[in-house]
Amino acid sequence: MASKVIQALYNDDDVLMHAVKKVRAEHHHIEEVYTPFPVHGLDKAMGLAGTRIAITSFMYGCLGLTVAIVMMNYIMIKDWPQDIGGKPSFSYLENMPAFVPIMFELTVFFAAHLMVITFYLRSRMWPFKKAENPDKRTTDDHFLMEIGVHDNEKELADLLWETGAVEVKVTEKEF
Amino acid sequence: MYTFSNRLRIGSFIAMALGAILLVIGFVSAPSTVEEAKAMVAVHEEGHGGGHAEAAVESQGEEQGHGAQASHEEGHDASHDTHLLHQLQNRPWSALYVAAFFFFMISLGVLAFYAIQRAAQAGWSPLLFRVMEGITGYLVPGGIIVFVILVLSSLHMNHLFVWMDADTVAHDELLQGKSGYLSTTFFLIRAALFLGGWIFYREYSRKLSLAQDASDDNSNFVKNFRWSAGFLVFYLVTESMMSWDWIMSLDPHWFSTLFGWYVFASMFVSGITVIAMVTIYLKSRGYLENVNNSHIHDLAKFMFGISIFWTYLWFSQFMLIWYADIPEEVTYYIARFQDYKLPFFGMLVMNFVFPLLVLMNSDYKRVNWFVVMAGIVVLAGHYLDIFNMVMPATVGDQWYIGLPEIGGVLFFGGLFVFWVFTTLTKAPLQPKRNPFIEESKHFHY
Repeated sequence: MASKVIQALYNDDDVLMHAVKKVRAEHHHIEEVYTPFPVHGLDKAMGLAGTRIAITSFMYGCLGLTVAIVMMNYIMIKDWPQDIGGKPSFSYLENMPAFVPIMFELTVFFAAHLMVITFYLRSRMWPFKKAENPDKRTTDDHFLMEIGVHDNEKELADLLWETGAVEVKVTEKEF
Repeated sequence: MYTFSNRLRIGSFIAMALGAILLVIGFVSAPSTVEEAKAMVAVHEEGHGGGHAEAAVESQGEEQGHGAQASHEEGHDASHDTHLLHQLQNRPWSALYVAAFFFFMISLGVLAFYAIQRAAQAGWSPLLFRVMEGITGYLVPGGIIVFVILVLSSLHMNHLFVWMDADTVAHDELLQGKSGYLSTTFFLIRAALFLGGWIFYREYSRKLSLAQDASDDNSNFVKNFRWSAGFLVFYLVTESMMSWDWIMSLDPHWFSTLFGWYVFASMFVSGITVIAMVTIYLKSRGYLENVNNSHIHDLAKFMFGISIFWTYLWFSQFMLIWYADIPEEVTYYIARFQDYKLPFFGMLVMNFVFPLLVLMNSDYKRVNWFVVMAGIVVLAGHYLDIFNMVMPATVGDQWYIGLPEIGGVLFFGGLFVFWVFTTLTKAPLQPKRNPFIEESKHFHY
């Protein structure tokens, strides 16, 4: 990771997409792109790997289902198998329909919440976290592409101006 | 334009012929007297080595109280024998009815899906409209066949609907109470009304759809939009009543409020599955060049989602009745638990667990053979679903998936394939002037 980076600002997502493709075609490594809203297809253009968060969610769901089954089996069948209104508490299977709403809700609960927490951890987001924003305008209407500089400042700046940047600047990376 | 492949046409004819033969065998081998019926059951029992069937017949007769409640005391044995005879006689009829209804409901489910796509002005699906119109083409022959079976039932050619038997009603106060609704004339008028409405919308919407191709403005498209929205209202009411009439009234002592939705979910998911399978077939033959795997992905998503919706309704109906355990409702499930364990729970695996696990992955939903495989299992599962709705009421524990059942599926499957693909040859597979056709061509997910 270079400590010195070049930042190009764009004011249109189409221009940005083309710029990303061009920079990649020239074999420069794009460190980061900052956008005010999700740009459809940007991840593909940048060549980012697909997310695996759906897989984690599936596993969390399985965990939730297991928790529900083990919990209801212990409480209702093993620990104190009371006769409550004639429901058959002899085995888990016999009383299963009554537990399905809990099994379903816990599956969804685990899948949803643990996935969200995974997302926060993986993308390093938490309250009081210092915002990592190189330029305030990228939260409003500008797009910023950031490329590491390795003694090729001039060449990179020319390339970026060519792709339709409205502003190109070289800065020291502070985080 | 699509040309019907010769192999498929011959295949459908063979299926129809074979199915017809098997059905005829089923009808011929059904017993006509009590003695024959008893002999058949005795042979069956020897093979299975146990007198359990007899006990089951008895409990079945008591639970469902189908015929002759009043004669219970004086002629216990005699009434059970007649009951057994009726069950065995019903078997080929039920096999015919289940298969006829199953394929009919597929095209009706597709019609509902089609109307929703039009009313919602979906941008992805116009490329598939001709495929859907092809499948709904079966509504006309399929609907007429189902109607004919209902007419034959009301002419006492079979004992499918107990409430049609005046003698049974005379001894059954519950059925007398329902006779205002469950009378054969009113029943047939309703059936004609439902079928007439559905077929009318199908034919008219198809006409507008073809007219839109040739016209130079969008007036046909707008008209079709309005008719589709209107049809959906009509469909919602009539589909629910149809499920009470054609299926729930097979068990006239039993009732369930969400039954209409449940049958709807079954037909909707089977319909979407067939759309996906026909689309994949046509695509693999080189037609439908603009259909891409995102369209298949969308259809597979619908298959996945509606499978879960079906399960939700199945479970809601089951669990409410199981939990409250009111005797007059719960007999419905007791009959299925006792005598239909394998089809009853097998259907749950096929209609829920299998599509849930197979179609959850987004990548798999784009793989044709995955979708086809899931589709075959889902269709078989929903055949079993209809089987489980009809058979316990008509043949009770005398069910078996044998010659007449397979014959029914083959015959109507062949007819379905023949009719659908013949309809597909009648119009270009890609609508020309649909306002959303460009969006649909470039649909990408």
